[in-house]
This record gives sequence, structure tokens and C-alpha cells, in this order.
Amino acid sequence: MVVIGQSGSGKSVLLKHIIGLLKPDRGEVFVDRVEITRLKDEELRQVIRRFGVLFQGTALFDSMTVGQNVSFGLERYTDYSPEEIKKLVTENLAKVGLREVENLMPYQLSGGMKKRVALARAIAYSPDIILYDEPSTGIDPIRADAINDLILRMKQELKVTSLIITHDIISAYKVADKIAMLYQGKIVDSGSPEEIRNSKNPVTQQFIHGRAEGPIKSW
Amino acid sequence: MGLLLVKVLKNFFKRPWEKETFIQQLEEIGVKSLPVVSLTAAFGGLVFGLQTYIGFHRYIGPGSETYGGPIISLGLCKELIPILVGLMVTGRVGSAMAAEIGTMKITEQVDALFTLGADPTRYLVIPRILASSIMLPCLTLYGDLIGMAGGFFYNVYLMGVNRILYIRNTLLYIEIGDVLSGLLKAAVFGVIIALIGCWQGLRAEGGAEGVGRATTRAVVIASISIVITNFFLSKAIPASWG
Repeated sequence: MVVIGQSGSGKSVLLKHIIGLLKPDRGEVFVDRVEITRLKDEELRQVIRRFGVLFQGTALFDSMTVGQNVSFGLERYTDYSPEEIKKLVTENLAKVGLREVENLMPYQLSGGMKKRVALARAIAYSPDIILYDEPSTGIDPIRADAINDLILRMKQELKVTSLIITHDIISAYKVADKIAMLYQGKIVDSGSPEEIRNSKNPVTQQFIHGRAEGPIKSW
Repeated sequence: MGLLLVKVLKNFFKRPWEKETFIQQLEEIGVKSLPVVSLTAAFGGLVFGLQTYIGFHRYIGPGSETYGGPIISLGLCKELIPILVGLMVTGRVGSAMAAEIGTMKITEQVDALFTLGADPTRYLVIPRILASSIMLPCLTLYGDLIGMAGGFFYNVYLMGVNRILYIRNTLLYIEIGDVLSGLLKAAVFGVIIALIGCWQGLRAEGGAEGVGRATTRAVVIASISIVITNFFLSKAIPASWG
């Protein structure tokens, strides 16, 4: 599932509500039929444990090595021994195409490598749902496409639900089973990539064709 | 800040304890502050010794300077060193806390902590408050010794005050409660520095400029809070514990 929309339309806010980082002023958030806005801390923690999140700017802990970043969730969410965690870190880094980077610091990595490490961290403790916040932002088109391939591979290999928030329509067409268009805080259109491409909704049409003229006026 | 304080109190005894962060902070706040505390306390003691010598020499008369020892020790242990250590650590550590946590906040690292199973209050705030409230009294005790040595050095070695009488008077009049009241103040200052540093860091927004603002505010608010709290603690703590 891909949620598209222009910058400031509320995509990241939506994501933060889904994982309980923000509490809605009104309304409810259901994760597999569990309403999460009124859960106690420990119950919410159990729900959040099901999510792996790839943040927009990667959000790698810059005071920790790559290995420590990837093992962070494993140490808190699982009972694995330090040896098992070390092995899982190497395995998860290999899944995203990285080898022998465990001892590097995040500042020593390129933008694309940072995204991969952040993805390895997000999938390390085997979440059921992976949330990607603007996965192709801040990297060149070739690396962005490599990230798209990685998203597809994760979906197929790990059999996880993926929710991708993006304004990159090329990425959306490539990775989506279903696309939803977010405008002024509301889903105004949804369907398969083909249905979105042929949508009659003027908001969707303006967005996917990247036109300045149309119903979307805000900058 | 009240909300953060409530969260801290609610989570203070909950597991898991973030031992690694706590030990890192002990080093950051305590060990790495030793040079700045040494210099500040030494020169604080020297200048306090200088003024006390002048005071006794001018108003009581030559020979009375040996009574400067207990006055210097009392002033240093109860007031000057806790305040100096508090302000120095605010400048060095409170600002660093606000900058580090502020940067983590604007780069979504705080959000990442949450999604990876670490409560930001438990992971970032509580170890810092605990480490700060432990290390400030340690630094203050260390500063007391350095400061008193500074006062002693000025009076005895530079001004020729009788060494035996200076030490005898100091030991005769200084009470353990005077030292303890300074340490108690330092522990409170430690909580203030860490709480305000973390609070400002966690509410930083708007990029590098926001982090800069948070850092400045942390130093200003903590410094003012320390000076004000010091007065009320001085009023509340008994003048003599004997």
C-alpha cells in the first residue's frame, strides 16, 4: 500500500498516528482491529513491536556503530543471546546488500547505504508490518530505484505488509499493489496503480502529472 | 517541564534500566568536568582567601587572619562551590544535553527509539538525571577540597598567616553539616541541570536554529533556576546541624 500526496498533506502525520507517536485529537486508530489510541504504555509497546519503521532521514543513532544500530531493537524486543544478536545483525545487513559495515559509524556511510542500514534495523526483529516514510527522498534516482527493488524484495521474502508514504509517483507505481491519494488530511482517491493512473479525480490527476495548475493550490 | 517530571517519576523505578547510558553519563558529567571544576574551585578559593585576608587584616587587625580558615571553608562548602560547580556543569553538560537530545529530536532519532522499544524518558532522561544528581555532589566535594586548598595556599604561603593556627581554627569551627548542606544543594542542582537540558532538547524543533535556541534556553533557564533555588535551599537548610 502506498500513500501519495504533496508535501505537508499529512502523510508523515498519518504514519506517526499509526505507530502511536502522535495521539489524534479525535477519531480512532485500529491496528488489526485493536484500537491503539487508548492503550496503556505496555500494551502499546506490544503493538509497536509489530512495526518496523524506515524514517525519512533514516534516523540512525549517530553515536552508535552500524552494528549497534541494527541490534538496538533486537536487544529490546527479543531474548536472543549477544552471539545470536551478532549473527542476526550480520544476516540482516546481508539481506539489504551490506557486508562488513558493522563497525562503521553512520557518518561514514553514503545516503543509499544509510537507507539500507535503517531498513536492516527496521526488519531485524521480524516485524509484521514495515512502514516506509519517503524512502526515496534525499538520494539520487538510481539509488532510489535500488531502494524500490529492496522494498519489493522485502515484501516477497519476508511476507510482510508494507505501507509506503511518498510523493515520488515513479516509486509509487513501481512498488504499490494499491495507492491512496491523501489531500488536505483525507484520502480522496484509492485504487491499483492502473486505476490511479486513469483516475478521473482532478486532484489525483494534477498530482500524478506534477502540474502547478489545478485544484491543489497550496504550496 | 511538569509533564516531563511526571513521566520521570512514573518511570523512575521501571525496568529495563539503561545501565550503559547511565555509565556513559557518569563519565560525561563527572569525569570530564574535573578540569573545569578544578580550575574554577582553585581560583574561587584563592580569591575568597584573598578577600577574607583583607577583611580580617583591615577590620579586626593583624593576627586575626588565622580565623579566615573557617570562614573560607564555610563560604566555599555551603555556597560558592555548589553554585560554581552548578553553573559550570550547566554550561558544559546542560547545554550538551539540550544539543544532543535536540538533534536527536529533529532527526527523528527520538521517534526511532520509541519504535525500537526504548521509552525516550527511560532511555534519555532518567539516566541523565540520575547521573547528574550523583556526580554533582561528587564534583562539589572535590571542588570543596580544591577551593579550601586555594584559600589555604593564599593565606599561608602567599600572605604568611600561621599555618598551625589556620588549620586548627578551620577544624575547630567547620562542621560536617556545612559540607553536607553543600552536597545536598549540589544534588538538587544536578536534577535541575539534567531535567532542564533534557526538557529543552525534547521540545526542540525547526532544524539547527531550533537546536541552538534550545541549547541557549537550557543554559539560561538552568542557571537562573540554580541561583534562585540556592537562596531557598540556604533558607531551608539549618545554619548549624549540631
